[in-house]
Amino acid sequence: MKNYWQEIRALTMRWVLRLSREKFSMLFTLVQPMLFWLIFFGNLFQRAADSQVTQAPNYISFLAAGVVVMTVLNNGLAGGVDLLFDKENGFLERLMSTPIHRSSVILSRFIFVMTITSLQVLVILGVAFLFGVHPATGLLGIATILLIGMMFGVGLTAISMAMAFSVKSHGDFFSVLGFLSLPMIFLSSALVPLAAMPGWMSFLAQFNPMTWAIDAVRPLILSGWSEALPHVGMVVLVMLAFDALCLYGGAKAFRRAMG
Amino acid sequence: MDRAIAIEVSHLCKTYDAHKAVDDLSFQVYAGEIFGLLGPNGAGKSTTLRTLITLLHPTSGTASVFGHDTVRDADTVRMLIGYVPQERAIDRFLTGREHLQLLGALYHLTKEEAAKRIAELLKLVELESHADRPAKTYSGGMKRKLDIACGLLPNPKVLFLDEPTLGLDVQSRLRIWEYVRMLKARGMTIVMTTNYLDEADQLCDRLAIIDGGKIKTLGAPAELKIALGGDIVSLTLKETDRMAGLESALQNQPAIKAVRLTAKGLDIRVESPEKALPAILESANRLGCSIEFIQYNRPRLDDVFIAHTGRRIQDDIPKEE
Repeated sequence: MKNYWQEIRALTMRWVLRLSREKFSMLFTLVQPMLFWLIFFGNLFQRAADSQVTQAPNYISFLAAGVVVMTVLNNGLAGGVDLLFDKENGFLERLMSTPIHRSSVILSRFIFVMTITSLQVLVILGVAFLFGVHPATGLLGIATILLIGMMFGVGLTAISMAMAFSVKSHGDFFSVLGFLSLPMIFLSSALVPLAAMPGWMSFLAQFNPMTWAIDAVRPLILSGWSEALPHVGMVVLVMLAFDALCLYGGAKAFRRAMG
Repeated sequence: MDRAIAIEVSHLCKTYDAHKAVDDLSFQVYAGEIFGLLGPNGAGKSTTLRTLITLLHPTSGTASVFGHDTVRDADTVRMLIGYVPQERAIDRFLTGREHLQLLGALYHLTKEEAAKRIAELLKLVELESHADRPAKTYSGGMKRKLDIACGLLPNPKVLFLDEPTLGLDVQSRLRIWEYVRMLKARGMTIVMTTNYLDEADQLCDRLAIIDGGKIKTLGAPAELKIALGGDIVSLTLKETDRMAGLESALQNQPAIKAVRLTAKGLDIRVESPEKALPAILESANRLGCSIEFIQYNRPRLDDVFIAHTGRRIQDDIPKEE
C-alpha cells in the first residue's frame, strides 16, 4: 500500500511538473476557451434568448451549467492525450517495465485530470459570479457540482485513455476527438433546453449523459435544493452506469495494449 | 556449460493475427556476458526483447530471467531488470534529475537512497552539469546517456538495451560502447538488440542472428566467422575465358578449401593465406591467366550474416509489428 501510494504520487507529480514547465500552457489551461462561451456566447444571446424558454432570469445564468459540463467534457475527452504521447515515444514502456502496479499510471492521470477540471469549474463559476450568477444552493451546491463533474469526467477520461491505447496514430485520436466534441455539445441541454429543440434533436439529446449532468447542475445554480435533489439523485445513478461502462471498456483497451 | 544462466528462452512464439513475429525461439544468456540479438528491422528482435522485459505475453513458449517466469513472476523480473528503450523515451519537459527521481519512486527507493544513486549515475554518464535542465535542451547523445542512466537506476542484474546507438554520431556511439563494457566489467548481464554488424562484432560476447522470427545462428562473433571456413582470396581476372580452367586447377590443392566462380573471377576460401597465395599465383601463371586485381579478406560478420540469411542486413524487410 505504501508502495502504491509512492508510485501514484510520483506519477501525478510528473503531470503537475509538466504543466508547470509551460507557463503559457498553464495560463491557458486555467483561463481556457470555455470562458469565451460563457462571456461571449452568454452575453451575445442575452436578448436573443427567450427567458420564457430558458426558464432562467438571463441567458448567462442558464448557460453557466452548460459551460461547466462542457469544460468537464473537453478535459475528459482530452485526458488521454498525454498517455498517447507517452505510448508513442516509449515513455509508457519504460514506466511499465518498472515494478509498479499496472493501474498506477492510469490512476495518476485520473487524479490529475479531475483536479485540473475542478479548478477550471471553480474559475468558471467565479467568472459567472462576476456576471451576477449566484449559485442558489451555496457552497454545498458547488461541492455537489464538482462531484457531478468528476463523476462525468471519470467516464470521459476512461474513454479518452481507451482511445489513446487503441489508436494507431495520434492523427486518428485527434480526428475522433474533434468529431465527437461538438455534436456532444449541440445534442445536449447545454445551449438550449430540450423542450425548445426540434423533436429529433431533443430525442437524441436525452440519451446524452451530458444532458443528465447539465440538468442536475442547472437547478443547483438557478433554483435550489428542492428542485435539484431529484435530478442530482438521478444523475448519480446515470453516471455510475456510464462510468462502469467506460471503465470496463478502458480496462479492456489497456490490457490489450499492455499485453 | 557450468556458467550460471541469466536468461532462458524456450520455444518462444509470438503471433500477431496471422503473422509470426517470433517463431519457436530458444536460447540462453549466461550471467555476466553481453548478448546480442542481431537482425534486420522486423526480424523479431524487439518482440523477443519486449517479452523478456515482461511487456509482451508469449503466444506460446516461455522466457525466464534468473529462473523467474516473465509472465507468472513478472513483478520479480521487473525488480531484476533495467530497460533502455529504442525510442528516446524522454519527457522533454522534465529535467534529467526529475526523470531519475520519478524512476526512483517507481522502484520504491527512499528519498535518500534515490538521491545517492542519482548522484552516482549522473556522474557516471557525465550529465552532472546538465541534470537540472529540461531534457528538451539535450542533444541526441545526452538523451541517450540519460536513457541509460534511467535503465541503470534500479541497479539491475540484467540490462536490456534496444538499439542503443541507433542514429547517434560516432563519438557518442563509442562512448556508449565504453559504458556497456564497463557495466560488463562490473558483472552486469547485458542483452542488446542491434542492426549494426560492427556493434555486434565489437561488443557482444555471443550473439544470435535472427531473421524472420527464427535464430539462424548463435555463437561468439569469432566462432561464427571461423565456422564459415577460412579467409577469402578474391581474384579478378583480365580475361574470363580461362576462369574455369583455373578453377579446376585450384580445386584440389592442399591449402585451398573451396573455389567459387564469380562474375569476373574467383572467390577462393583458403586455410592459411601464406601457403595458398603462392599456390594460387603459380597456377594462374602456369595457365596464363592475367590477374587484374587480387584481394584478401578475413571473413567479417557481414559474411556470417549473408551466409545464414542469404542477404545483407541493410536489405530491410517490411516491418509488420
